[in-house]
Amino acid sequence: MTTTKSRVVYTPSFTDGAEFRIPTFKVLKQDGSLYKGAKAPALDKDKALRIYRTMVTTRILDERMLAAQRQGRLSFYMQCTGEEAAVIGSAAALDDADMIMAQYREQGALAYRGFTIDEFMNQLFGNELDYGKGRQMPVHYGSKKLNYMTISSPLATQIPQATGYAYGQKLAGDGHCTITYFGEGAASEGDFHAALNMAAVQRVPVIFLCRNNGYAISTPAAEQFAADGVAPRAYGYKMDVIRVDGNDVLAMYEATKAARSLAVEHNRPVLIEAMSYRLAAHSSSDDPSGYRSKDEEAVWREKDPILRMRLWLERKKWWSEDEEKQLQETMRREVLETMKRAQKRPPPPLETLVTDVYDEVPPALAEQYEKLKAHIRRYPDAYPKSAEHAKGGA
Amino acid sequence: MTQMNMLQAINNALDTAMAADERVLCFGEDVGVFGGVFRATSNLQQKYGKARCFNTPLVEQGIIGFANGLAAQGSVPVAEIQFADYIFPAFDQIVNESAKFRYRSGDLFNVGGLTIRAPYGGGIAGGLYHSQSPEAYFAHTPGLKIVVPRNPHQAKGLLLAAIHDLNPVLFFEPKRLYRASVGEVPDEEYRLPLGEAEVLKEGTDVTVLGWGAQMEVIEQAVDMAEKDGISCEVIDLRTILPWDVETVANSVFKTGRLVVTHEAPLTGGFAGEIAATIQERCFLYLESPIARVTGMDTPFPLVLEKEHLPNHLKVFEAIRSSVDF
Repeated sequence: MTTTKSRVVYTPSFTDGAEFRIPTFKVLKQDGSLYKGAKAPALDKDKALRIYRTMVTTRILDERMLAAQRQGRLSFYMQCTGEEAAVIGSAAALDDADMIMAQYREQGALAYRGFTIDEFMNQLFGNELDYGKGRQMPVHYGSKKLNYMTISSPLATQIPQATGYAYGQKLAGDGHCTITYFGEGAASEGDFHAALNMAAVQRVPVIFLCRNNGYAISTPAAEQFAADGVAPRAYGYKMDVIRVDGNDVLAMYEATKAARSLAVEHNRPVLIEAMSYRLAAHSSSDDPSGYRSKDEEAVWREKDPILRMRLWLERKKWWSEDEEKQLQETMRREVLETMKRAQKRPPPPLETLVTDVYDEVPPALAEQYEKLKAHIRRYPDAYPKSAEHAKGGA
Repeated sequence: MTQMNMLQAINNALDTAMAADERVLCFGEDVGVFGGVFRATSNLQQKYGKARCFNTPLVEQGIIGFANGLAAQGSVPVAEIQFADYIFPAFDQIVNESAKFRYRSGDLFNVGGLTIRAPYGGGIAGGLYHSQSPEAYFAHTPGLKIVVPRNPHQAKGLLLAAIHDLNPVLFFEPKRLYRASVGEVPDEEYRLPLGEAEVLKEGTDVTVLGWGAQMEVIEQAVDMAEKDGISCEVIDLRTILPWDVETVANSVFKTGRLVVTHEAPLTGGFAGEIAATIQERCFLYLESPIARVTGMDTPFPLVLEKEHLPNHLKVFEAIRSSVDF
């Protein structure tokens, strides 16, 4: 049984996949002026500055933490550089109670929600204050308070989870939705297709936000898919879709605002494809000079989303050179100070090895833990971080 | 008390849970108006509506991904995978996501409300892809609970316990017994403990251990052995993960012998784990090597499944050899 009435033809008639082309929504030019016919979203000064400050903070945090990784203070880091508008512009269009299920490059969304530099640092250094109890690699943030689901390393797994989470929100009738972020590479995973199909069939209030940043580690988009990006796939699922200039914070905000109302008011899932570019490496373990040219990067550096927003703010007289200087200096100082603090804090206690596997520690695991403690007591010098914790017990 | 087969008991458990708590949802392939290919979800959609009992698209990784998100949100999803053989597309969502949600977030988030039901096992002329027992794959993953009922009474009590448990539970149902196993089932809500084995019969010469559909096989084998004057202690493990080491070890302290049986292949099967743990605990008490009676290290066959399966004769032989060692 088909759900659409199909026109009948009597000779073989193929539809070329290349026919599905989707326009790109833009508002803001690189010089901070608006495109002719475009309208700035209803953003008051406070909100606009909150967005801008978050973008700058995220950039500074990224620069500093990459440097810290290079100095050997941090095992790993991932930057959001170049994609700040796509992530923060969209996050700003949501209600703070909406759920965010991110991939790993969306620290900007978390920062926008109010995650402090201290909280970032505690996770990055996996110290005793890390909410994740030092179990995951750096950048796997999470916050229950800020409705930001803890990041998981396997790619795309969060996408069908977002559909499920949002379905629960729909049943609860609380007027909230879920947004899930992922890269264009993750959109190749089966999870992506499962998630979109299920969301469309069940009419789930979920926003799928694809950060099309050109590369999945070293694989360029052209080797990732043959079609016109990721957006046309929404046609196949009968889903609303929009393509947005991902370096245009005003367009990202406006598009996400509209997507949210489709999701929450009409129970329609929406796909947003944010066209951007990953200016930095995939992670601190990656070296993009091996697969792309400096010239290519330079083209995108010209399209810096932060500069673009700053020029818009300056035109509106909402921002000045002095304020910029002050923000840069304050943030740099804060990042360095909090980093030192976080680095000095002790690691999570030994017992976090066995807690949270289940709601309670099962007997067999408790036994393994006692054996481990006895072992550490015999060789305390080999386990300097845990020797103190292992002292108790039989 | 009502006389029910295992499917009716499972349906009754789901009905009981859905009536008591509107956060409980059932979904999967064909579970809606059709009631599931085995009819375990019959009438639930009519009773509780399409929002709480529905068909999903045919996509196992999507079903479990969706269920993970739903459970993280605070709902209590009971997801059906039509056959345990088809759970593998969802493997990543189960072992990397369901199992690790609480641990990786430091308990900020968990999917404790999640239950995954799947019919497992052979003896129904189902061949390679409708007969497997995949419990050992999941037993290697901390964070999951794995439960297998042996009859209708167990099915209802254990399923209700699984639904209310604060951890994600895989609930493998022995489909060979769906209609074959009939018994008295209380009408009201009751829960049987997870993580606890049940001693079905006390004995002194040998401990015979299994779960699910093998319990029926064990019963026949033990009848034969007892006629030969061998006193068997029979244990149903019920929960594969985390498993009840104490009950099994205490039994082996007494009998000095252990026979473990399951349908899954020998190599890497869960009987191996039990044997290793019990020899560690009970080494000086053992009178003979721990015996494993299992499926062969082959894919599950179609025509020769009777030969492949660990039946009562094979279990009886193992009991004999163990006692005569």
